[in-house]
Amino acid sequence: MLELKSVSRVFPGGQQALSDINLEIPQGGIVALVGGSGCGKTTLLRLIAGLDRPSAGTIAVDGSVISGPSEEVGIIFQEPRLLPWLSVEENIGFPLAHLSKDERRERVDRALLRVGLGGLGKRWPRELSGGQAQRVSIARSLVARPKVLLLDEPFSALDAFTRASLHDHLIALWEAERPTLVIVTHDVEEAAILGDRVVVMQPHPGRIFTEFRVNLPRPRDRLDDAFHDTKRQILKALDGSLATQQANAKPASSDAAAFWW
Amino acid sequence: MAVEATTPENASAPGAPRRSSRFSGLAIGLLLPVGLAIALEIAVRMGWAQGRLLPPPSKIYATLAELMASGEWFRHAAATMLRVALGFGIGAVIGIVVGAISGSLPFFRKLVDPTIQALRAVPSIAWVPLFILWLGIFESSKITLIAVGVFFPVYLGVLGAVLSVDRKIIEVGRVFRLSKVDLARRIMLPATLPATILALRSGLGLGWMFVVAAEFMGASEGLGFLLVDGQQVGRPDLIIAALLSFAVLGFLTDWLLDLATRPLLVWRDDLSTSERQ
Repeated sequence: MLELKSVSRVFPGGQQALSDINLEIPQGGIVALVGGSGCGKTTLLRLIAGLDRPSAGTIAVDGSVISGPSEEVGIIFQEPRLLPWLSVEENIGFPLAHLSKDERRERVDRALLRVGLGGLGKRWPRELSGGQAQRVSIARSLVARPKVLLLDEPFSALDAFTRASLHDHLIALWEAERPTLVIVTHDVEEAAILGDRVVVMQPHPGRIFTEFRVNLPRPRDRLDDAFHDTKRQILKALDGSLATQQANAKPASSDAAAFWW
Repeated sequence: MAVEATTPENASAPGAPRRSSRFSGLAIGLLLPVGLAIALEIAVRMGWAQGRLLPPPSKIYATLAELMASGEWFRHAAATMLRVALGFGIGAVIGIVVGAISGSLPFFRKLVDPTIQALRAVPSIAWVPLFILWLGIFESSKITLIAVGVFFPVYLGVLGAVLSVDRKIIEVGRVFRLSKVDLARRIMLPATLPATILALRSGLGLGWMFVVAAEFMGASEGLGFLLVDGQQVGRPDLIIAALLSFAVLGFLTDWLLDLATRPLLVWRDDLSTSERQ
């Protein structure tokens, strides 16, 4: 269980990035965080990853409070962030330095196969395509067997076709070990195809606007009418979050609204 | 006849345009120095020039051969190489250590960097009188001068490399909870390696420059001594032989350093690796 209790984050400059975020995600749940830019999605993810500390409130995984990076929580960034001086298999084995060589080898090989890159272990990162590099990054996070895996717009730099295949792939990986997934995205389709729940955020300060469940069976069909209804529902909520944002912002400062439109 | 003779050449020209153009590039580059050397040789042989101030290639070759045969060349070259090796080793190690600490600890950087930058503004050869007063005229002052010359480019290169390591990659180390030592060993070291090696190479170049200055200030052996000696006894052939030796040794040591460090950098994604693919 991932639990966020009245989490807020104020940056040293006084800018309030997040205000009073409350969220409970049971183990194995998939939550998609959507919202316009500046709504604190990435800040929230960094807080859960322990890369940043909340100004108030607590974040806990199975009751233990997050106070820094922990092995329970993995994160995948927008860029693969592979270490260019390590081969693909050395990159995947990077978090496993404490294991014996044989054990590490076995887990790396299994991870490579699972992300569908068997045979590419000896390559250098520079020899991979964008989609392959992001899969290596996913494999590197998964070998550490985190309970919670955070993904920060992980597929936004990829073309639509590669993105769709990685969506299926991510779900297949999730089915094997059932980590909790928190996916930040600005792609409505991505939120609808991946999320059990979609949390819509609102900026200035970043807070939760609304959230709803996606009750579609997996695997989800992108052409299905119900799927399109879900997308429409998310879009509507996003529009709503921006509309109230505008109404809220107008009296206080008109340039916040100008920034938006 | 003339027309017939050129025809086969014209016919074969389109067959290998790339290879021939690369070779002709090299040939064009060699045209000037080789041509001048041959012209000088001919001029002296024909008695058009005396060649006393600018000795012909054959004379320089003879001088070099004589130096080698007597073992003199090896004695001088060994003395110079030892000075470069010691000075470069000391300067490089101190440069790497101070540069790495300065890059990682902001307080230390604020403390020492301004002083180092100020000292860097002093042309290194200007230290000579002081080093001689402090350390005497023998080896210590020479090696210190070379070490000082090597230190600055290495320090600057390593400091710059540490400061420019991608924050995003350091964050990967944080995500996987690396200790400070592991972060240095597994991320900072490999990330700064290419720039460090480049800094070492420019440091080595400066080492060769400063060994000449060091040997000018009074040495009884070394290639720099041959330069001074050649001037004092009026033998330009000796001077040019020493110059050629410097060129060859400097080139060879740089090439060796490049060769030895190349396997460490095969992962790089830049022009240097794409050329080799």
